[in-house]
Amino acid sequence: MSIFVNQNTRVICQGITGEQGAFHTRQMVEYGTKMLGGVTPGKGGADVDGVPVFNTVDEAVRITGADASVIYVPAAFAADAIMEAVDAGIGLVVCITEGIPVMDMIRVKRFMEGRPSRLIGPNCPGVITPEECKVGIMPGHIHKKGSVGVVSRSGTLTYEAVDQLTRLGLGQSTCVGIGGDPINGTNFIDVIGEFEKDPETRAVVMIGEIGGGAEEEAADFIKREVKKPVIAYIAGVTAPKGKRMGHAGAIIAGGKGTAGEKYAALREARITTTESPAGIGKAVLEVLEKV
Amino acid sequence: MNIHEYQAKELLGRYGVKVPRGKIAFTPQEAEEIAKEFLTGDSVCVVKAQIHAGGRGKAGGVKLVKTREEAREYAKALLGKTLVTHQTGPKGKEVKKVLVEEGCRILKEYYLGVVVDRGRQKVCVIVSSEGGVEIEEVAAKSPEKILREYVDPAVGLQPYQARKLAFGIGLDKTLLGKAVKLMTGLYNAFVGLDCSMAEINPLVTTNVTAKDGEVLALDAKISFDDNGLFRHKDVLGMRDLDEEDAKEVEASRHNLNYVALDGNIGCMVNGAGLAMATMDIIKLYGGKPANFLDVGGGATREQVTAAFKILMSDENVKAVLVNIFGGIMRCDVIADGIIEAAKDVGMNAPLVVRLQGTNVEKGRDILRQSGLNIIAAEKMDEAAEKVVRAAKA
Repeated sequence: MSIFVNQNTRVICQGITGEQGAFHTRQMVEYGTKMLGGVTPGKGGADVDGVPVFNTVDEAVRITGADASVIYVPAAFAADAIMEAVDAGIGLVVCITEGIPVMDMIRVKRFMEGRPSRLIGPNCPGVITPEECKVGIMPGHIHKKGSVGVVSRSGTLTYEAVDQLTRLGLGQSTCVGIGGDPINGTNFIDVIGEFEKDPETRAVVMIGEIGGGAEEEAADFIKREVKKPVIAYIAGVTAPKGKRMGHAGAIIAGGKGTAGEKYAALREARITTTESPAGIGKAVLEVLEKV
Repeated sequence: MNIHEYQAKELLGRYGVKVPRGKIAFTPQEAEEIAKEFLTGDSVCVVKAQIHAGGRGKAGGVKLVKTREEAREYAKALLGKTLVTHQTGPKGKEVKKVLVEEGCRILKEYYLGVVVDRGRQKVCVIVSSEGGVEIEEVAAKSPEKILREYVDPAVGLQPYQARKLAFGIGLDKTLLGKAVKLMTGLYNAFVGLDCSMAEINPLVTTNVTAKDGEVLALDAKISFDDNGLFRHKDVLGMRDLDEEDAKEVEASRHNLNYVALDGNIGCMVNGAGLAMATMDIIKLYGGKPANFLDVGGGATREQVTAAFKILMSDENVKAVLVNIFGGIMRCDVIADGIIEAAKDVGMNAPLVVRLQGTNVEKGRDILRQSGLNIIAAEKMDEAAEKVVRAAKA
């Protein structure tokens, strides 16, 4: 088992003829993901290494029966791409694009109200269920099938954590990058709730960072509803106030959203924390040995 | 991105937010001219230092003047002076221009702000009857004095919401229409210009009893969502590079995310989360990071070279840590970039490089064969330990 994606997930790529879209479509096909098509308006009828290109998501869904989409469309057009996927009835929309204006995302979220699709991202590495399905840009080879669920606001920091886990022999059930933007589709609570229900997942690694209150809300949720062990790391202990640390969402605004506050909330919820980003794998190993 | 008060007022004015008449002056003579234009009878003018920081009033950056000579004198005293407020840091900021504004008879001060509420994923309009003080202070001491309205993005701020806020802070009913217009204007500016924060503190009422009572934005502060600026060329033109860290400006020219800090270990990392984690682990091993630098997922060789130059140009930097986990990014590209930059600018500090991921062997080979003095590390903690030791040596 796994969450969100598995070997049966039928994926299309929006922005497939762009440099990023074409490159990662090849990478995903190589990993074994069922890439059934792509969308680039005006390029319908073409193909990318044999993957057919359609003009609209609606058409792609009708012909391929896709239930997931991965978006590499440039930031200015990405909100439109998300809404097109949602309107076409795609169940899982993964948006990799970085730099989407916050106002666009607010409108997207409003548009999605009452519609059944799930959005992951934007500004995220995507979702991977090791050895089954990769929907995103993460390096597939560092992952290994197993029972640790990973959820993170970061990209490369997630690879770092996954690499530590794999080297210690700890495989992953599914790894979900929820993205570094202030407004995103899926949050820690949604993902951790799914991991709690997933019989394959034995423990969850949660990687947060400064800014916003998502980690605090997750801590509260875990305290109330999660029985599986959660191991957390928060990036940005050394981040100054009022400065955006790369991710649009990583900013301590009005003195709120510090790593210290987040660690305190996590500890209050009796969640195992590690202050060293090099110690994430080891911390999981120790927790699992005790179970 | 931030802009000056006078620029914020200009933008808000376009959206129907009532602001005092004012003009910008770069010299004492200009300040005098503007004051001369505005001063009539017993009216007053205000001369305000324009820097990107709050707390100007308390730091002596705002003064009421009654004559044009006073305006000139005060502008003379301010221009070129370094103003230190609680938001500028101890170094302060040099005043290069002053805003000369028409004064008004203030009846009462309020707070009005617009922000994005991340939890609710909506724009939120905030008001308080406690104006002229920091809203964080009010939130801590008397949270009941802060009122909020969340806006449905499909329809925008509705008049009933603005009325609720206006009545909530006890605004006189004769000013209701004007308050609704101002709040609606501020909301529309916020959304229309892709702001991340807009604050009017204080919002003031004047002369309520007479028919000429007004609701005015006495101060204005706006920050923008950098990701939305591509559709606002006029706002981009308002960027004041003098107000920004020179290294941060240089980094942004190469699309690098750089934030200057006060430590002595320079860092270059791919990805924002890993970059923060790298700073954190340096601290954990007893060092202090000199900066945050994210070269991004798809950084080019030119970007890496530029990043390296920025790091090496910081005279506080005693050692540099490059931490790359190649995902989309290939380690050999990074290695090429480092060597190119090192040859170009020269290495004046020891360099610890940790490469991991795609094409790692190729990247390490390139570094090894370069003949440069590079300390290699395989793991993150090992890299942190080595760079902290190098910085102390």
